[in-house]
Amino acid sequence: MRFSGTSTYITSPELRDIVNVAIDLQKPLLMKGEPGTGKTRLAEAIAEDLELELLVWNIKSTTKARDGLYLYDTVARLNDARFGDGDVRNIRAYIKHGPLGRAFASDKRMIVLIDEIDKADLEFPNDLLHELDRMSFLVDETGETITARERPIVIITSNNEKELPDAFLRRCVFHFIDFPTPDFMRDIVHVHHPDVEKALLDEVLTRFFWIRDLPELRKRPSTSELVDWLAALRRAGISAERITAELPFLGVLLKRETDVELVKRAASRPRRPGF
Amino acid sequence: MFVDFLYHLRGHGLRVTPTEWLALMEALARGHARASLGVFYHLARAMVVKRESHFDTYDRAFAEFFEGVERQFDLTEELLSWLSDPQLPRDLTEAERQQIPYMDLETLYEQFEKRLAEQKERHDGGRHWVGTGGVSPFGNGGTNPQGMRVGGSGGGRTAVKVAGDRRYRNLRSDIVLDTRQMGSALRRLRRLSSDDQAHELDLEKTIDQSARNGGEIEIVMGPPRRNRLRVLLLMDVGGSMDPHAALCEKLFSAAHASTHFKAFKHYYFHNCPYERLYSDMSQLKGRPTAEVLKEIDERWCVILVGDAYMHPYELTQRGGIINYGARNEETGLQWLQRLRQRCPASVWLNPESERVWGAPTIKTVRTVFPMFPLTLDGLTEAVDTLRGAKPNIATKEQPVDPMAAFRSL
Repeated sequence: MRFSGTSTYITSPELRDIVNVAIDLQKPLLMKGEPGTGKTRLAEAIAEDLELELLVWNIKSTTKARDGLYLYDTVARLNDARFGDGDVRNIRAYIKHGPLGRAFASDKRMIVLIDEIDKADLEFPNDLLHELDRMSFLVDETGETITARERPIVIITSNNEKELPDAFLRRCVFHFIDFPTPDFMRDIVHVHHPDVEKALLDEVLTRFFWIRDLPELRKRPSTSELVDWLAALRRAGISAERITAELPFLGVLLKRETDVELVKRAASRPRRPGF
Repeated sequence: MFVDFLYHLRGHGLRVTPTEWLALMEALARGHARASLGVFYHLARAMVVKRESHFDTYDRAFAEFFEGVERQFDLTEELLSWLSDPQLPRDLTEAERQQIPYMDLETLYEQFEKRLAEQKERHDGGRHWVGTGGVSPFGNGGTNPQGMRVGGSGGGRTAVKVAGDRRYRNLRSDIVLDTRQMGSALRRLRRLSSDDQAHELDLEKTIDQSARNGGEIEIVMGPPRRNRLRVLLLMDVGGSMDPHAALCEKLFSAAHASTHFKAFKHYYFHNCPYERLYSDMSQLKGRPTAEVLKEIDERWCVILVGDAYMHPYELTQRGGIINYGARNEETGLQWLQRLRQRCPASVWLNPESERVWGAPTIKTVRTVFPMFPLTLDGLTEAVDTLRGAKPNIATKEQPVDPMAAFRSL
């Protein structure tokens, strides 16, 4: 089982290697990187390439570790008990598996994406240690232990909103997605805009990386914003020369008013930076 | 050699655990490094370095350890220019592949140096000289599996070179700070309510109780899990703080954006807080400090940001305030102590490098407030201190007289 990237998702060779190591050693893969560098898309690409089912577990601030394993629907059971529906004595009927639980219970190997783990409570990752190590969990209500027959591939993303505990980090394979280099970015943009003119793309990339390098910028634009910007420029039929002169549609690239003004100010300085 | 590398990494302060090391060994045993130092660089990093803020330390340790494994050669400009324009490699038949010269690393280097000395002209597609697109072990764009890359762009930069670039320097936790990182450090600053009244429905317990009750609904209430931490941020602006303005602004926006505080207030001061605190940076609109103090209590955390660098008078003399036309009846130090007594959970963040913390006024401020550098590590430490701070424990040390220290200079 080897991951080699897909036609719509471009990965660096290092990342492909790391993914394969994580799969081979059966360790969770923790992905970090600037927003918009494709952390979440990676799991989809692996699922597509290896033809495995992907289960996504989106983490919120209220998510508890057990939610990913199973949910005991007490309310339904209580209701059934009151109104006489269903077999109330069969607790199993009220146990619903979460994404991780489903992957453990399945006969087939699955991919579980634990998306934005840093959104949850600080203790959340620690609560999952045992389950990720042993790939099994106990359903308290029934006393049943569910052990994975096919250990799922676990991909975890974090946006660094919180530090993750050391004990958790030790168990993961870690990869930090670098922001794409201009050359690599060109490849990525080509996936979205296969027929873009070279002159236009050159100009857009130059300006994009110049903007990203402005030190005072509050929020640096990412890949998806670049792709959108290019789409807007092309739709409006703007030429490469006009991009340099006017920097049109900055609002697509920058989401803060202060950043837009900052870029405009920087662009109007007499010595053109970035050239 | 590999165990040496483990201790080398640990010697650089990377806390690599045996479990992680064994996992790396397993990955190596399964052939994931593919006998390439470049692949090994990324593999080892993924297995033993789990924070991007440690990447730079890893890079330095790696470059130091493997220096010499990849040698540097002096290449003539001319040779490099032939190589920078590679000819595409040939498609080889299996028979041709068999004939590709093979040699081990030592021989490879020896041969390379020898051939470099002999070569006089450009070669492309050959099997002996340094050139592009050929099967010679030297050059680039070629097909020799054991070959050595010389010049050229893209793909295979050498691992030591990559490590030597120190691209992750900006991610080091002891220097960088951006708003996000500060926000994430501040997020750890919380105190969950334990003594709040039970006024939130505990659904699980309610259902459990109701079930035990034979289906008769019994409501169970519990305390809400909400952060009840309140934060007061006081920032020094102007004068010697100007070089740090951008950094302080980032801290400010991070604290301001932290929605998890129960309350957040901020004021500005210049050099030292006195009778008035200001709500604007130009220090025109102000409020009496006493009034601000009245509104806060020991449930508040106070974070002061400033270089604590001023004339000793400003700290110890009545009327020592630097603002022209203002006069303070009580010394700056008294105000600081009052603040500290009001809110024992308080820290001072200093953007100046710790090297200058021996300055008299900084020393004095440090007797009142625990001081931390305004870096990610410092902020994290400060947050830990604030989390651990128990109300009503004032600092025991007596303030030193900064004038005495000043005079002795």
